[in-house]
Amino acid sequence: MAWMAWTPITAVFFSCIILMLIGMGIWQAVSPTVPRRGFLPLTTTRGDRLFISLLGAAYIHLGWLAFTDIALWIGSVIALAWLVIVMRWG
Amino acid sequence: MNKITNNKAWFLVLPVFFIVAISAIIPLMTVVNYSVQDIFDPQTRFFVGTEWFEQVLGDSRLHDALIRQIIYTLSVLFIEIPMGIAVALTLPRKGWGVSASMVLLALPLLIPWNVVGTIWQIFGRADIGLGGYLINLMGIDYNYAQNPMDAWVTVLVMDVWHWTSLIVLLCYAGLRSIPDAYYQAAKIDGASRWAVFRFIQLPKMQSVLVIGVLLRFMDSFMIYTEPFVLTGGGPGNATTFLSQFLTRMAVGQFDLGPAAAFSLIYFLIILLVCWVFYTVVMNAGKQGEQ
Amino acid sequence: MQFQKRHIGLLLYILFLLLPIYWLFNMSIKTNTEILGAMTLFPDNPTLANYATILTDPAWYTGYINSMIYVGINVVISLVVALPAAYAFSRFNFTGDKHLFFWLLTNRMAPPAVFLLPFFQLYSSVGLFDTHIAVALAHCLFNVPLAVWILEGFMSGIPKEIDETAYVDGYSFPRFFATIFLPLIRSGIGVTAFFCFMFSWVELLLARTLTSVEAKPIAATMTRTVSASGLDWGVLAAAGVLTIVPGALVIWFVRNYIAKGFAMGRV
Repeated sequence: MAWMAWTPITAVFFSCIILMLIGMGIWQAVSPTVPRRGFLPLTTTRGDRLFISLLGAAYIHLGWLAFTDIALWIGSVIALAWLVIVMRWG
Repeated sequence: MNKITNNKAWFLVLPVFFIVAISAIIPLMTVVNYSVQDIFDPQTRFFVGTEWFEQVLGDSRLHDALIRQIIYTLSVLFIEIPMGIAVALTLPRKGWGVSASMVLLALPLLIPWNVVGTIWQIFGRADIGLGGYLINLMGIDYNYAQNPMDAWVTVLVMDVWHWTSLIVLLCYAGLRSIPDAYYQAAKIDGASRWAVFRFIQLPKMQSVLVIGVLLRFMDSFMIYTEPFVLTGGGPGNATTFLSQFLTRMAVGQFDLGPAAAFSLIYFLIILLVCWVFYTVVMNAGKQGEQ
Repeated sequence: MQFQKRHIGLLLYILFLLLPIYWLFNMSIKTNTEILGAMTLFPDNPTLANYATILTDPAWYTGYINSMIYVGINVVISLVVALPAAYAFSRFNFTGDKHLFFWLLTNRMAPPAVFLLPFFQLYSSVGLFDTHIAVALAHCLFNVPLAVWILEGFMSGIPKEIDETAYVDGYSFPRFFATIFLPLIRSGIGVTAFFCFMFSWVELLLARTLTSVEAKPIAATMTRTVSASGLDWGVLAAAGVLTIVPGALVIWFVRNYIAKGFAMGRV
């Protein structure tokens, strides 16, 4: 595993992603998702919204790095807010 | 078709999941790890946070490569799609000509990509290649190794040569699914050639065309081997596209960190475009069923 | 087939396709002096010396054998794992099915350049570097998703009543799959094998990075020889022609299925 060059931060990052996927699986088993239509222009299930919000969060971070010099954690907060908004109302 | 809900189906999918996960997820995790560190060797590495991302995003050579890539991909689509449709319409519908055309058309698709580069490398040279020789004979000073414009055009023509057949075959498959009765009805109605195309043939080709556009977009967006063999990305940087840039960074200069950061950005672009196309195709499919 | 005006366009297009290939062939049967000396549409003294060089020099012909081996392994692996998965996708709903399908497809779309370095490290660390199996597994990255995609298209075209009747008749799943279902989609399997062959055969970047000597593909042999000796155009052309031959043979076998495969299998 040494060649993979793990760092604590990336390890935590991937653990979070994996936990999120497992959590989504359990949630699905407990109460199956109902496709619905929110402010996004398409019908989505819970998993679709998670994907959209994660992809959006990645782009928010990239945009933050590319166009501003402000500390990154502010961008992360915005990305997190985006994640919650899409999951709840998307 | 109504599908049964059955989570045991996961067992059938597991082999695929594992084999693709090994080839996709582990490398992807590694790329993420590399992208936040400055690596000299496996023992000597430092955490640098998002430094590489900032460096790559602000790199003007990367911006140039990206713009070049977008122009190239758009040119490929604008030439190959109409040309593919046009050729598909001229294909015979039955007889020995069908098999013969299929084999001849599919031939360029089965040539290893570096050999495609070699073919055009030879064909385009003014001293030993027929193509370059003929163009120079017409009085045009053509040299793809020195003139950036010539190199650009040569790479583009090579791509058209290589991949238009894919669009032709896709469209032809769509055309074959039109029953003869449609054409006869159109004839009785006295429909013009254009009307037949617009209202009978084009709708039937729509779904395969979307796939054709998707495939051509993706493959031209990650083109590497053919220009590498033909021009090596030159002259200057005239034909250096994203994959070329990345490979040079990773394998040539061994800048692991920036190359990894760049890979991730590249992958995110592909992922977004891929998702948009996929959603559009699936929604179009659903509407078709209703 | 009677000749019509529209066929002129088709003929011109085919001419455009064949001219560069003809030129490669033409050069492969010329001597180097003639190639560099004069522009001739037909060789003055056709020679097979260039082909003889390739077929007698192990450095050349092992490249072909290596390519054939890893392409073969890849096609087999892709089909074996993709068949049950495609069946699952075409017949059942299960948790995360659509996302899994999309994730598979993104791997078909991911640029191999992105995975270059980690692949090199991964296969080196498990001791598979420079083996045929390494290249075959690496090519699975894009061939398995493609195979699942094509096969799913074919399988969805088979009515589900056939499955149900078989189960009512007391067939177990493996027996039904092998004796009834597979024969029904054999043209689909042929088309899938064709595309797996095609994409594995034409890929160079990964194949070149993951091999050095033992499993070096023919395509890599060609690029390395160009940089080493530089000017042996005749041999280079002959090697190129020989890489086209297997592809041409494969097309010939599936020529009647190609159009159908494209339509049904949504390649």
